[in-house]
Amino acid sequence: MNGAPAIDVRNIGKRFGTHAAISGLSFSVYPNEIFGLVGPDGAGKTTTMRMLAGVMRPDAGAIVIDGVDVVSFPDMAKARFSYMPQRFGLYEDLTVDENIRFYADLFGIARKTREERAARLLAASGMLRFRDRLAGVLSGGMKQKLGLTCALIHAPRIVLLDEPTTGVDPVSRRDFWRILYDLREDGVTIVISTAYLDEAERCHRLALLYDGRLLECDTPAALKRHMPGAILSIVSKTPRAIRDMVGRCAGVRDTMLVGDSVHAVVDDADRRLPEIERALSASGLDFEPPTRAEPTIEDLFVTLQEPRKEAAE
Amino acid sequence: MSETAPIIARGLTKRFNSFVAVDHVSFEVKRGEILGFIGPNGAGKSTIIRILCGLLRPSEGQVFVTGVDVALKPEAARQKIGYMSQKFSLYGDLTVMENLHFFGGIYRVPSAKRAERIRYAIDMAGLTGREDALVSSLAGGWKQRLALGCAILHNPPILFLDEPTSGVDPISRRRFWDLIHDLAKDGVTILVTTHYMDEAEYCDRIVLINQGRIVASGSPTELKHTPLGGALYLVECDGVGRALHVLGGTKGVRDVAAFGDALHVLVEESFGGEAAIRTVLAANNIAVTRLSPIEPGLEDVFVSLVTRGAAAVS
Repeated sequence: MNGAPAIDVRNIGKRFGTHAAISGLSFSVYPNEIFGLVGPDGAGKTTTMRMLAGVMRPDAGAIVIDGVDVVSFPDMAKARFSYMPQRFGLYEDLTVDENIRFYADLFGIARKTREERAARLLAASGMLRFRDRLAGVLSGGMKQKLGLTCALIHAPRIVLLDEPTTGVDPVSRRDFWRILYDLREDGVTIVISTAYLDEAERCHRLALLYDGRLLECDTPAALKRHMPGAILSIVSKTPRAIRDMVGRCAGVRDTMLVGDSVHAVVDDADRRLPEIERALSASGLDFEPPTRAEPTIEDLFVTLQEPRKEAAE
Repeated sequence: MSETAPIIARGLTKRFNSFVAVDHVSFEVKRGEILGFIGPNGAGKSTIIRILCGLLRPSEGQVFVTGVDVALKPEAARQKIGYMSQKFSLYGDLTVMENLHFFGGIYRVPSAKRAERIRYAIDMAGLTGREDALVSSLAGGWKQRLALGCAILHNPPILFLDEPTSGVDPISRRRFWDLIHDLAKDGVTILVTTHYMDEAEYCDRIVLINQGRIVASGSPTELKHTPLGGALYLVECDGVGRALHVLGGTKGVRDVAAFGDALHVLVEESFGGEAAIRTVLAANNIAVTRLSPIEPGLEDVFVSLVTRGAAAVS
């Protein structure tokens, strides 16, 4: 986090008619980090990405990428990064290799450089065998990896990826993230948006977006430390009965059924854990001793979001 | 027949020419159970659902829905099933009430009962006072609950959910799963297909499918205790990217994945555990700041089982 930010976003806003899609959003992305824009559908991730990429103008505020003012000089800024929108423009009736060649030509990449980079990127994504396959018949995960290969063929120093893993299964997602970490090893700065809160854990720092606003911005570990209270997990053969019982215990703010276990959000784990265990023993219900569960980014989101929801309704 | 499981598949197989999409799959879902089907794209999940709905005929094997043989009576079987997919179900340019009436007609809910069922759906979805709102104007969470309401208008004993909560905001998602658990408590049998582990976590039981076969099943807690063929460690160190490569190329290391400034490293039992990991990293001048064994998450189990399956095949 040392040195000047690679991307600086200052107080940007964007309205569509009467709807404020983004309000007062500020954050900085430092060189060589993987920065996540995280939030549910409709939070403003794609709008933010489009403004960063200079394809949409904010109504207010400033965006500076690698020292260039994106709002005033979008064309100049575009040379500084690569942007992969949600629907990356692959040519479905061209092969994998032909798509790569097309993008390499657009960026004026010499043939030898192109061959080397394409081979390396395709190897990293496990796609060397499919070079002659038409893009249109690739699986969703493969299309995304080909899109990334095309977006990276000119070796950009900053990469903006808008929900690249939506609809991609966990195995392909791991490949995809491995490529991102390889890029980072080469010194590339990455901004990635995702609606999958479990994926957020893979980023170095996160901006949690909700309803066009920034809820928090920090590392996943620091964000979890900020979470008020603690989570207890209770495995049981009769989780529904356990939930009803635990929900009535003192200090329990919220309960959730999570498969064969119940998660209880409590104000003070040290105090409530023995209390709840005693209450469970007295109830005669089946249970395994409660354990502390590490909060997930989703848990954090819910605690941050809850007061807002109540205020809105 | 009262003891019969609401969903039964026996030796279910579906071939498309030489491609075997579903390969001798057998399972049962108990009344009031929430079963999650997880697997990568193309694993065979949607083929199984189509067969259960009577939209595809199996090449071999049988499926029963509430005791009805689907291949013999597909229409009767479909009457017993409610289906909700987040993507295609609602009409955005119709109001909430118009959507409910439309689906009530499609599902042939008798007009004498329709008003009562629609009332129930509106209450359940928390849409009271929004009956005349255009669906396109609703936030994601409302839409999703309305889609659920439409899917259960005909009071089906069985409900299929296809990635019902991916991308929905966390509070709405939890509220939705509370509704699903309430339905299950009332005896509705629920089958969820997804490839998101955090959705799978909400199910009572999970069946993992890969290349048309069931590779594991159990409760989320049981699955997390599936032997991964090794031990999983969390490693925090300098130069995570370099460590990823070094460990990835080391014999005996089955998988490495990066999480921010940390790695999850899966090593074979014979590898030598923590000490061996330290030795490899030290030999490459990578300083370790933290190294400890961790419990696998569902995703670790999933990736391990799927990649092991692929290795066995190739």
